[in-house]
Amino acid sequence: MAGDDRFTLQALQTDEDETIGTRSEIITGPVTDWATDFSHLEPEWSADPYPIQDDLRQRCPIARTERFGGAWLPTRYEDVAAIAYDTDRFSSRSIILSNFRPPPELAPIGGSPPISSDPPFHHDARKLLLPAFTRKTVARGEPATRAFCHSLIDSFEGRDVVDAAHDYAQHIPVRVIADMLGFPPEDGPQFREFVEDLLEGINLPPDDRIERVSRLFDYLLAQVHDHLDRPRDDLTTYLISAELYGRKLDPSVVTGAMALLLIAGIDTSWSAIGASLWHLAKTPADRERLVAEPGLLPTAMEEFLRAYAPVTMARLVRQDMRWHGVDMKAEDWILLSFPAANRDPAQFDRAAEVVIDREVNRHAAFGLGIHRCVGSHLARMELRVALEVWLDRIPAFTLDNPGGVTWSAGQIRGPRTLPLRIG
Amino acid sequence: MKVQINPELCQGHGRCYDLAPGLFRDDDEGYGQVLSDGTVPPEAEHDARLAALNCPERAVQLFEEG
Repeated sequence: MAGDDRFTLQALQTDEDETIGTRSEIITGPVTDWATDFSHLEPEWSADPYPIQDDLRQRCPIARTERFGGAWLPTRYEDVAAIAYDTDRFSSRSIILSNFRPPPELAPIGGSPPISSDPPFHHDARKLLLPAFTRKTVARGEPATRAFCHSLIDSFEGRDVVDAAHDYAQHIPVRVIADMLGFPPEDGPQFREFVEDLLEGINLPPDDRIERVSRLFDYLLAQVHDHLDRPRDDLTTYLISAELYGRKLDPSVVTGAMALLLIAGIDTSWSAIGASLWHLAKTPADRERLVAEPGLLPTAMEEFLRAYAPVTMARLVRQDMRWHGVDMKAEDWILLSFPAANRDPAQFDRAAEVVIDREVNRHAAFGLGIHRCVGSHLARMELRVALEVWLDRIPAFTLDNPGGVTWSAGQIRGPRTLPLRIG
Repeated sequence: MKVQINPELCQGHGRCYDLAPGLFRDDDEGYGQVLSDGTVPPEAEHDARLAALNCPERAVQLFEEG
């Protein structure tokens, strides 16, 4: 791969550039009415979004806010599904709702393909990634993941209280994704900073945000060069060598896809593992039953994914239109809440309850339609192994301090501090 | 009973081949495929129903005979 000049700083510069596109005024502070002024970045939402969503579903199923330059929040399953399926009227060119809208010309590729891509490009870019994320392929990483989970629990030796979010859940996807991309495992702490910068720093000043984004892309570029010098059997080398339409990938597609895998692969699984352990810590009957009936884990896991779905996506409205009773304008955001859809009583019996033996569970935790989470098989493997190892090694555990649990802010929701008593 | 997957709807969630491995498999991109000609033996009917009822895209379709 010598002489590959796609990855010079100059070639990539425009892709990190947020100067083209439009910015809206940053509005923060307490929400006055969730139906007309919602914000998923306020502490009340982070702490417990479900009562808010349940209330909105009843009285205002497509809520509105003037924050972020204008956005809508549908809470019914049928509306969330309709938007996920309608790629003509709702663009994915930015999937993190913020105060910055990338220019429409960024479609159909978007900044982090294929999650940010629309048809027809989307299909071809996604096709490149799919073979690396099938159930069969990710199963090859299962023994190493299991051994890593055991090593984390070994490190708890002598402690009565551990932070299951910080000391366990977060390390698992970081290690798995570093292995897949072929990044040094000791860079893990940096990945977590990148994730926080991109997903939680939404309301930071633009310059600050641009600097944080370029830090990530500088890191990715260094990794690309390391792989150009020493090609190896991992996803980074695969993306550098991959071809689309008879040519090597555009450098921004390579680094964009790497950014996506790094960012989307970490917070999400970390949240799913943490939320599942949180539920079991506060619900002794479910914990005891799962320990006694390990065969129930696959069903229980799907229920945790339904009830505590970590991922909310965003879309941009393409053109002014009347849609399901509201007047949407071009460039309005949609906060596409799969968690809200998953708790719609019109779609699920006992929607607000966690039923660990729920046999029929057509949840949307991994999305619906063409953007189904490409890492869903990887996420399910990580979640299953993380819970199997934990329940095997630590069958009895409780919340040490329920008031000490903290949750992430933004579109990926999961516990970030989770003190558990294990002794 | 017969089972089929609508390839226009399938997005590769993999619920069918997880829940009913005797009836479905995944292809090289993770999309679901029906094994054999889709005929469901009587002892596998429960699994077939589970696969259909858990498919997020409603891509798994059952046809009851007779």
